[in-house]
Amino acid sequence: MMAGEKEALFSQKNKRLLIDPLNDDNPVTVQVLGICSALAITVQLKAAVVMSIAVMFVLVFGNLIVSLLRNLIPNRIRIIVQLIIVAFLVILVDQVLKAYSYDVSKQLSVFVGLIITNCIIMGRFEAFALGNGPWKSILDGVGNTIGYAAILIIVSFFRELFGAGKLWGFEVLGHKGKTIAESTGLYHYGYENNGFMMLAPMALITVGILIWYQRSKNRKLIEE
Amino acid sequence: MDRNSNMYTFVFAIVMVIVVAAALAFTATTLKPLQAENVRQEKMQNILSTIGINITRKEASEQFSQFVKQELALNSDGTVNEQVDAFKIELMKETKKSAGEQAFPLYIAQKEGKTFYIIPLFGAGLWKEIWGYIALDEDKNTIVGASFDHAGETAGLGAEINQSWYEDQYIGKTILDDDNNFVSVVAVKAGAIADPKHSVDAISGGTITSDGVSLMIEERLGNYLPYFKNN
Repeated sequence: MMAGEKEALFSQKNKRLLIDPLNDDNPVTVQVLGICSALAITVQLKAAVVMSIAVMFVLVFGNLIVSLLRNLIPNRIRIIVQLIIVAFLVILVDQVLKAYSYDVSKQLSVFVGLIITNCIIMGRFEAFALGNGPWKSILDGVGNTIGYAAILIIVSFFRELFGAGKLWGFEVLGHKGKTIAESTGLYHYGYENNGFMMLAPMALITVGILIWYQRSKNRKLIEE
Repeated sequence: MDRNSNMYTFVFAIVMVIVVAAALAFTATTLKPLQAENVRQEKMQNILSTIGINITRKEASEQFSQFVKQELALNSDGTVNEQVDAFKIELMKETKKSAGEQAFPLYIAQKEGKTFYIIPLFGAGLWKEIWGYIALDEDKNTIVGASFDHAGETAGLGAEINQSWYEDQYIGKTILDDDNNFVSVVAVKAGAIADPKHSVDAISGGTITSDGVSLMIEERLGNYLPYFKNN
C-alpha cells in the first residue's frame, strides 16, 4: 500500500472482508472447510460457542503472525510453518487457561486437538494471510470465525433441541422422568427425544439442509 | 538473501523451531506450579463430592482434612503399605504395573458420624483416559456417591459421564450380590436384562465410554475386596 493512497481502517473493501464470510463466502457452507469440527462439537450449544471463541483467538492471531512473516516464510516449507504457528498458539492458550482459568480449560480440553486440525485456519493462512497485510488479515480472521460460528450455533441449536430437549443445558421442552406421569412439559404428552440427532450423520444432514437453504436464497451461489 | 535457497529454508526452520520451543517451554515451566495446584484442589473437590459435599475447589483444599481422616495405600492382599503417601499415588502410572505390585489408594472419610470408603478409579474411555471416585457406605457395599471425569471423551456423548444425571444413577447401587459375591455395577442399555441393583442406564451414543466406566469400576473395586473382608 502506497502512503499516498492510504486506505481507511473500515473501507468498503475491508468491510467486505468481515461481511462476505457470513453469507456469500461462508467458510463452512460455501468453502466447505471446518466440516470436521462442525460435526464433532455441535451436540451442545455451549460447546459450539466455546469452540468458536477458541477458533477466533487462534485464527485472528495466527492470521496476524502469518501476515507479518509473509515476506520471510520460505515458500517450500510454508505449510509446516503455518502448522507450527497454529500449534504454538493452541498450546499457549491451553497452558495459560490451565493455570488461570481451570474451568474454561476443562471445557476446552477436548477441542484443542480439533482447533489444530481445523482446515479453516490453515485455509485462511494459505489463501489470505500469506498475501495480505496485517490489518486485513485480522479482519479476515474475525469475519471467517463469525461465519463459522454462525453455522456451528445454528446446527448445535437444532441438535441440542431435538436430540436432548435442551438448550445451553436447560431443559426447555420439560423434564423427562422415568414414566410419563413423572415427566413434565412436552414429555408428559409422549414426546421423545430423537437420539439420532446426537450422532454425526444428522450433523452432516443439518449442514446439508443449511447449504441447500442458503443456495436457494442466495442467487450469487447458484452455479451456471 | 534468496528466499528459495536451501540455506535460507534451513536457517528459517531452525530459528523458528527454537523460538517456538523456547517460548512454550518457558510458559510451561512458569505455569506448572499454578496448574499443579489446580489439579490438587480439584482432586480434593472430587473426593469430597462423592460423599455429598459440594464445595468450590478452594474450599475443598481448606476443608479436606476435616472430612478425610485416613489416607491409606493398600497392597493387593489388603494389607496397608505405610511407606506410600496415598494422596500422591498416580493411578495412570500405577495401573501399568501388575496388580501385585500396585499400591491402591483408599480414603476413609467421616461425615456426620458415619464412615465412608472412597476409592479412586482409573480406566480407558473411547479416546483417552477416564477416572473418578466412588464412595461406599459403612457396609462396604452400597454406593453413596460417584464422580467421574475424562480427558477427551466426545462432548454431549461420552463426556456426559461427568454430569450429575449420570453420576447420581450410581447412588444406592450395591457392588455385592445377596450371597456377598462381587458383581460390580455395570452400565447397560435401557431395557436390557440386568439386575437394577447392580446396573445403571448407559449413555446413548456413548457406549464405549459407558463400557469403559463399567470396566474401570469392576477392575478397581475388585482390588479392594481383600481389605474390605479383613477390616
